[in-house]
Amino acid sequence: MLEFPRWKVIWLWALTIVCALAAVPSLTSMTNIQLPASLPQPKVNLGLDLAGGSHILLEADPSQVRQQRIEGMDESVRGKLKAENIRISDISNNNGSLSFLVEDPSKVDAVREAILPLTNGAGLTGKRDWTITVADGNRFVLTPTQEGIDQAVSQAMDTAVEVVRKRIDALGTKEPTIIRQGAQRIVVQVPGLQDPQQLKNLLGQTAKLEFKLVDTTALPSDVARGVAPPGSEIVPYATASEGGGVASIAVKRLGGIRGDELTNAQMTNNQQTNEPVVNITFNTEGGKKFANLTTQNVGKPFAIILDGKVLSAPNINEPILGGSAVISGRFTAESANALAISLRSGALPVDLKVVEERTVGPDLGADSIRKGMIAMGVGTLALAVFILATYGRFGVYACLALVLNVLMILGIMGIIGTTLTLPGIAGFVLTIGAAVDANVLINERIREERHRGRRVVAAVEMGYKEASRAIFDANITNVIAAVLMFAFGSGPVKGFAVVLMIGIATSVFTAVTLTRLWVAQWLRRARPAELNL
Amino acid sequence: MKLLKLVPDNTNIHFLKWRLPFYIVSIVLMAASWGLVLTKGLNLGVDFVGGQMIRVTFERSAEAPVATLRDEVAKLGYGEPIIQRYGKPNEISIRMKLPEGADHDASLSDKMARTITADVKKNHADARIDGVDSVSGKVSRELGWDAFKALGFAALAVAAYIWLRFEWQFGIGALFALIHDVTLTLGMFALTQLEFDLNIVAALLTLIGYSLNDTIVVYDRIRENLKKFRKMPMPELLDLSVNETLARTIVTSLSMLITLVALLLLGPEVIFGFTAAITLGIFVGTYSSIYMAAPILIWLKVNPKSFVPTETALEKQERLAREGV
Repeated sequence: MLEFPRWKVIWLWALTIVCALAAVPSLTSMTNIQLPASLPQPKVNLGLDLAGGSHILLEADPSQVRQQRIEGMDESVRGKLKAENIRISDISNNNGSLSFLVEDPSKVDAVREAILPLTNGAGLTGKRDWTITVADGNRFVLTPTQEGIDQAVSQAMDTAVEVVRKRIDALGTKEPTIIRQGAQRIVVQVPGLQDPQQLKNLLGQTAKLEFKLVDTTALPSDVARGVAPPGSEIVPYATASEGGGVASIAVKRLGGIRGDELTNAQMTNNQQTNEPVVNITFNTEGGKKFANLTTQNVGKPFAIILDGKVLSAPNINEPILGGSAVISGRFTAESANALAISLRSGALPVDLKVVEERTVGPDLGADSIRKGMIAMGVGTLALAVFILATYGRFGVYACLALVLNVLMILGIMGIIGTTLTLPGIAGFVLTIGAAVDANVLINERIREERHRGRRVVAAVEMGYKEASRAIFDANITNVIAAVLMFAFGSGPVKGFAVVLMIGIATSVFTAVTLTRLWVAQWLRRARPAELNL
Repeated sequence: MKLLKLVPDNTNIHFLKWRLPFYIVSIVLMAASWGLVLTKGLNLGVDFVGGQMIRVTFERSAEAPVATLRDEVAKLGYGEPIIQRYGKPNEISIRMKLPEGADHDASLSDKMARTITADVKKNHADARIDGVDSVSGKVSRELGWDAFKALGFAALAVAAYIWLRFEWQFGIGALFALIHDVTLTLGMFALTQLEFDLNIVAALLTLIGYSLNDTIVVYDRIRENLKKFRKMPMPELLDLSVNETLARTIVTSLSMLITLVALLLLGPEVIFGFTAAITLGIFVGTYSSIYMAAPILIWLKVNPKSFVPTETALEKQERLAREGV
């Protein structure tokens, strides 16, 4: 137990020193001392509850993905069958599936063959993303499968994370954290952000831009009642004033184009009215489509629709061939800028909703760090006095182990880049109290063994051996609690769990292994006949 | 140098003599805690019931104007606020239910937060907004369920571990002590109406870990003594074990308390409830390892044979052969 070969001594000290040195950047970052930039500087990150900032949890609505997939399939099927010259009718995409009639029953097999390539395998189960059934001889029903929807949601979420990242980067905030959480959620954390309003405006906007032709045949009375002519749909105006007293307008479902093929979007001011507008530039493909649409429909009105609401419905006075357009819609400078950023970063494939939001002011965090530090300092000092008074020389070893333990925790946290949160500070202080327990167990056991009449070396050896068992069991149960805390806890609690886990590992190392080394070296050097313990 | 000795050598206190009265006291306390939790309820934070919490510090006031503030916020038409001090008298939290329909339209809760913070700042020049938390009903239900799962799994997992390392009776004893500790802590939260949020769940999990520390140290000694003194009656053996570990129990509990008291008095106010929960847990945990976890072993009929490996069929054959049957 008390034998330490030279290589082991060197190894133990090297490990301790490296971990303790890694704590230096974290400690100096709280002061004004500058470390040379050439040195590696692992630093403990401060959590939002300490640094101040915003935490936003966004949630997507999967039912929307289902509807989008059905509508997408609707378009694909129409296009495909049109190309094959097969006539279909009574198309409906409303009840969670797409259904249509094949007018010529003899073409049913041809239709099946045509639409089968439109479906794909989903997941690893071998299932497809759509089920195709034929009812009453010639009615096709296409239903998206759960696997297909899950896959689509998953893809949509990946895209959404990218879009969110682009939008936040455009705001110029520093070091945002954007992580997908679970199947339908995204966590956004922006340190130092005090007013998350702008951010939320930006993320709340799906930015799906569409240009659709206005159905001029629709009767105003029908539109007002929400009834659209066949092939058209009713879309509300974004602002009542834009419609000139009319709340909504009928637009043709097909034949429009989407505004996602853009190379740029910028906020500018309209030269005549000085109103903020958004200037969009199409890419080649999008520009061609836009040119076609405007060329074929000169003199007719078309609606500019953003996220399902009509911004404006101007007349096409002449073909727009330059590949750029101006969107006006009673914007403020801020909302025009937000729209420009959103259009540049692409539309979100799903709507995102804020389901949890936490903002922490900077003063509270700074206050907490200062108070945590004071509490830690005073607590450690008082504890050291107590332990020194109780265990003398062995207390010195315990205190030294304690200080190294604190440095090692900080160092390891810095190296693996974990985040220190408010409960984490408490975890720190707690670990200090608990780490001493190992030394108490050992020292009390040595005392006991001396009372039973064992000689010094034997008593120390027994003390370490017998106490180790209880120390081990107690630490394992702490690890179990910490792991579960990490698994089920949210942000700050996770941070606490991490500090606990690191603290458990380092405290066993410093309080058991290192003190044993020191005691062993002292016994060999001084060969005491009696222990003052 | 004369060293500090809080516990004299070779104490022989008959702890277990009082086991029945103490058990009754503990059970009464546990029942009272549950009664409090059920009647008064826990002061659940927005983490678990959803809603909005705004933290405000009145920087130049000794005390926050809670009553005025309550009237002012109530006038804004979002319903009655729950206004509470945490930590220092000039630090308060305003809690509100989320407005109708906020589950679908997050801008409604935004608007409420902006209206309230603007109003507070307008009426009180020294008000500093320290944080705004909005948690939707759905998320809060999930957080609550996760917390419940974490506590349940943790209790079962550590009990299982102790069963594995010791014997099943020890596992039950530890689980019982654990439930006792957590129950009393919950009772304290119901009694004091300190806010019960996610951090407190972390505190309860920590408490589970650390109150077991004590239990394990005592159990470890009981196991050792069971092997050493085969003939000693259980109550006497338990007393011996508790007495032998008494010095350690006192010194460790004091060490923990020293750091925790420093944290309670000097540490950040925001985690006051968290620290209070763990501090109480240290007291209750120390008591429960002596008076809950140990005596239960008598009732569950632990005896030295529990640690003698049972004979396998082969060994029995060999023994019988040796004995010449």
